[in-house]
Amino acid sequence: MKSHAQRLIAARLGLALLTLLIVSALVFALTGLLPGDAAQQALGQAATPAQVAALRHQFGLDQPAVQRYAQWLLHAVSGNFGTSLSNNLPVSELIATRLPNSLVLAGLTTLVSVPIALMIGITSAMFRGSLLDRVLNVLTLSTVAVPEFLIATIAVLIFAVKLRWLPALSYLSDVSSFEALLRIYAMPVMTLCCVIIAQMARMTRAAVLDQLNASYVEMAILKGASPMRVVLRHVLPNTIGPIANAVALSLSYLFGGVVIVESIFNYPGLASLMVDAVTNRDMPLVQGCVMVFCVAYLALVLVADLCQIVSNPRLRQR
Amino acid sequence: MNMIEVKGLRVVAGTAPDPVVEIVKGVDFCVKKGEVLALIGESGSGKTTIALSLLGHARTGCSIAGGSVRIGDVEVLSLDVRGRRALRARTVAYVAQSASAGFNPSRTIIDQVTEPALLHKLMTPAAAREKAVALFRSLALPSPETIGARYPHQVSGGQLQRVMAAMALITDPCVVVFDEPTTALDVTTQIEVLAAFKKVIRELGTTAVYVSHDLAVVAQMADRIVVLNGGAVRENGTTAQVLDAPADAYTRQLLAATRRPEPETAAASKEAAPPILEIRGLHAGYGRIGHDGVPAVCVLDDVSLTIPRGSALGVIGESGSGKTTLARVVAGLVERARGEVLLDGKPLPAKLSDRTLDQFRRVQIVFQNADTALNPSRTIADILARPMNFYHGLRGAAAQKRMFELLDLVKLPAAIAKRQPGGLSGGQKQRVNLARALAADPALILCDEVTSALDTVVGAAVLDLLAELRRELGVSYMFISHDISTVRAICDEVIVLYAGRRVEAGQRDVLAAPPYHPYTGLLVDSVPALRPGWLDARRALTLAQLPSMGPSGDNGGLCSFRARCRMRIDGKCNVTPPPLKRLPSGAEILCHHSAEELSRMQSTGTVAA
Amino acid sequence: MNRPATHSHAATALYAVSENESPQGDPSLQEPLPEVTAKRRGVLQRLVRRFSVLGLLGLVIVVFWLAVAFLGPLVAPYKGGAITSTEIFGSYSAAHPLGTDYLGRDLLSRVLFGTRYTVGLALASAVLASCIGTFFGLLAAVSGRAVDEVLSRLFDAVISIPSKVLALVVVAAFGSSIPILMGVAAFAYIPGAFRISRSLAVNLMTLEYVQVARARGEGLLYIARVEVLPNMIHPMLADFGLRFVFIVLLLSGLSFLGLGVQPPDADWGSLVRENIGGLALGAPAVLMPAIAIATLTVGVNLLIDNLRRRAGRGQGAA
Repeated sequence: MKSHAQRLIAARLGLALLTLLIVSALVFALTGLLPGDAAQQALGQAATPAQVAALRHQFGLDQPAVQRYAQWLLHAVSGNFGTSLSNNLPVSELIATRLPNSLVLAGLTTLVSVPIALMIGITSAMFRGSLLDRVLNVLTLSTVAVPEFLIATIAVLIFAVKLRWLPALSYLSDVSSFEALLRIYAMPVMTLCCVIIAQMARMTRAAVLDQLNASYVEMAILKGASPMRVVLRHVLPNTIGPIANAVALSLSYLFGGVVIVESIFNYPGLASLMVDAVTNRDMPLVQGCVMVFCVAYLALVLVADLCQIVSNPRLRQR
Repeated sequence: MNMIEVKGLRVVAGTAPDPVVEIVKGVDFCVKKGEVLALIGESGSGKTTIALSLLGHARTGCSIAGGSVRIGDVEVLSLDVRGRRALRARTVAYVAQSASAGFNPSRTIIDQVTEPALLHKLMTPAAAREKAVALFRSLALPSPETIGARYPHQVSGGQLQRVMAAMALITDPCVVVFDEPTTALDVTTQIEVLAAFKKVIRELGTTAVYVSHDLAVVAQMADRIVVLNGGAVRENGTTAQVLDAPADAYTRQLLAATRRPEPETAAASKEAAPPILEIRGLHAGYGRIGHDGVPAVCVLDDVSLTIPRGSALGVIGESGSGKTTLARVVAGLVERARGEVLLDGKPLPAKLSDRTLDQFRRVQIVFQNADTALNPSRTIADILARPMNFYHGLRGAAAQKRMFELLDLVKLPAAIAKRQPGGLSGGQKQRVNLARALAADPALILCDEVTSALDTVVGAAVLDLLAELRRELGVSYMFISHDISTVRAICDEVIVLYAGRRVEAGQRDVLAAPPYHPYTGLLVDSVPALRPGWLDARRALTLAQLPSMGPSGDNGGLCSFRARCRMRIDGKCNVTPPPLKRLPSGAEILCHHSAEELSRMQSTGTVAA
Repeated sequence: MNRPATHSHAATALYAVSENESPQGDPSLQEPLPEVTAKRRGVLQRLVRRFSVLGLLGLVIVVFWLAVAFLGPLVAPYKGGAITSTEIFGSYSAAHPLGTDYLGRDLLSRVLFGTRYTVGLALASAVLASCIGTFFGLLAAVSGRAVDEVLSRLFDAVISIPSKVLALVVVAAFGSSIPILMGVAAFAYIPGAFRISRSLAVNLMTLEYVQVARARGEGLLYIARVEVLPNMIHPMLADFGLRFVFIVLLLSGLSFLGLGVQPPDADWGSLVRENIGGLALGAPAVLMPAIAIATLTVGVNLLIDNLRRRAGRGQGAA
């Protein structure tokens, strides 16, 4: 990779870091500054002003906002998000317990959804305009719009209630065998996959179509290449970047879907931790969870961007 | 013996239930073996469609509806899909219009050039590569052994077009179809490419079909000409016959538009009025401004010009010469880094925000691309009403009256005012552009390649209109173009730009005969003449070597043309900047050679070093 | 060195019909102007030509739900909160076409009353998001680089927080009142509208008719209002539909988690939540509200997709 590409990548990285900084400021403003008095909340209505003032001083809430933000940021970077208000455990510990579960869920979803989505997307594009393409288009269009809890509800109805193949809730402590593991993960992964596959297939199709409409494809046809050869040797090498971009962007939808899925299946992951924290107004925990989500999301979008940059041959060979 | 026989070819666009339009309406022609046939026509004439149907291909949305296409013994239209695939690149090869769009950006050149041979299993990869290199050599490409390892974006347009020809010829096809291969190239590059094509076709004895809209180019390349209009054949004959004694009215019109006579030089109006526009020492570009006021990427380098009141100045240059930037700097759309612009003797501010309403009004600009120069969501009436309202406060009935006057001036029907730009043709849109510029009652109109995107006939009509407007209204023009003949048709004075520098300036007739600046000479000599045999006479010139020259000194201001100049002097051109000289014709040029030397070297017609 | 490819020779076939300059005499005076066709075709005929089958389906669904949003409470058989049956999680019956919920209330009435919240709230938020996003997008495109950079960084930061996560954070801080929900939904989707409108506006600004306006001396406000905005409206409408779909999914997801519309008001998401106990019984009370959401979002998606295709075709020929 020549220096031009390197410079572009460095610029993107710098930009991502800047964005992360602004995000952290936004999150802190929303959770740490605005909600009013955490000290008042902790002590309740019966506290005297003196007690509230003392606790406020102890929490450091009487310092100016920028200073509080700077302190929070410093702690956050080292992984210390304070203590959870609802159960007095360090936030980082709580997150550390739940994070691997969410990662496993996300990983399994990725593993299942990417091959299927790519296949659907590429074949739709290759046979554009055919009946298959139109049917798939309608299916993906509809699936993208369907809320996850509908899919989850239907899945539970069919597989857990009617057919009794799978458990309705995921108790991870019950994992005794690989088969049990599969059965526990089946429905959450399936629910997440539905929307992700639809989204990814649509974006992949668009990326491949974009290349298929390029003029060099007509030239390849006029050289006597068969459609299969045109796609495999001419188009696909040019689509790797855009497809990687599409995959990464689609996977970012996971961050929303996982919130619903973990709740509905009672899956002990990071998202359900965050929902509980929000319900309990447990601000430090909310802060910690949100920052983890944001970093992961930004990282994914950055990967997508980088794929776009690196795949452009004009940048590889300047 | 006929190599190609086309009978009653019909191609339609659109499939039911959408409306179906016939774009090729029953076309017949034949091509003998070894002959070159030209298909000539303007946009919409169906020439590319016909060319593609020779390969049995129709673009998406179109389909071949009837007729027969015979290549040799094979009836192309009765072949099935596999048969057509076997035919393509093996028996009939195609050279596309835009080389950069025809190549896959992520594969090397040699890979793509050898692909047809390997696809049809004609030779081993090693043999294919050797043949490719041999073809590169005969097409006069630089470094034929190593150019294959490059990617398409690393190679210039003219070279890429020749590579595409190599890709077509690698399978020794019986027929090669050239689809407007030089349309997107500069005229100085075009001549090299044409010479290379002609040489190779003659050597191999290939039958060729050459599609173009440019009669002069076609006159050089073809033995027979077929003139197309609206999907039908208007004329079919030998080159000599079509050019000298055309039988069809449309062909005559086409010829008339191509051979424009020069108007008489307007009697010089000798009032001592200040020139309407004067530019002194203009520098403009992009990037950071250095301490001497010159930007990092300098698009215009020390350009000066004068436009007397009521006259037309032609600015000639090819791509990269900075001519479009010049217009934009005067219009205020691009910042200038250094230099002065004087409108009617008074300084014109560089920034738009510093200009007065009157200054805005007196300088109007008309762009090349008529499609994007009109707001598609407004009617013509609205578009014309705005400048009238903005500058003169005209509204209501007075504005309407003026609008009809303007439409009349540009020869458009009054009914066009209610329509939106989307429904107008290219020529009509360009006239609306002119009307909009005139609505302001300007003193100077900047015409940025206004006819370059139009068909020849339509463009000629617009040029006539421009000349008439100048006579009637006394408005001045800065007419920017890459096409010398267009400039000669309408301008009194010319300047020639090369790489941002003004290399020559003078009256229009400096372009008629030497001596000129070497670049002007190259330009004038590269414009194809409308007589066959011109290219062959020029061939020696194009394929000749440039005189050798040592490395350049790092002195800024060296002649920008020295890399391509046939008359460069080692030790002078690469060491000192060229001085400003005055030629006997009154022209000013930047060159080391004296007028006599230039005269001598340029009059012999071939390079005598 | 190349000069940029001129358009008239390359894109010719598409102009073939309209480029009919007659060869004799003055071309433009003799060109026949096609008459403006009478606009008196039947409305139905025009509709059928503009929409495909699926697009019509989408249109019907959207119109239906819009009508219900206005008229629903008037046609509901029972009042929203009235308990009318002793059977909880009842199945379909004549008296209760969609069954009964966990308290014995008629579900059909609940859904009809809830339409106001789902559709109305989402519509209001979508309008806000689109308008504000378009405004800032135009502003960024028309002003100088400094303003553009600042706005882009800010909105990039907001978009880097997954929308559900952002909504959760705001709800944690400020609670779940209707104005807050509307505000957070709009806030989460303003950056998307900003991005699209900015990119459209920036592309439009490079076109020559904007340059002509600038050279004429027009102010930025005129350029934004007259030259740029009218040519952006169509794609922004399609984007508006997309925002609407996302917001419906977001708000119903929030309600499903118990953090959206609070009792006694209920939108469709809350209906799913409160009836989740019926999942094991396979009661319609759980399924129907979710299906209602799905029909709304899928209908809008079908409609937008159809509009996009028609617009794409129309623009392809221009």
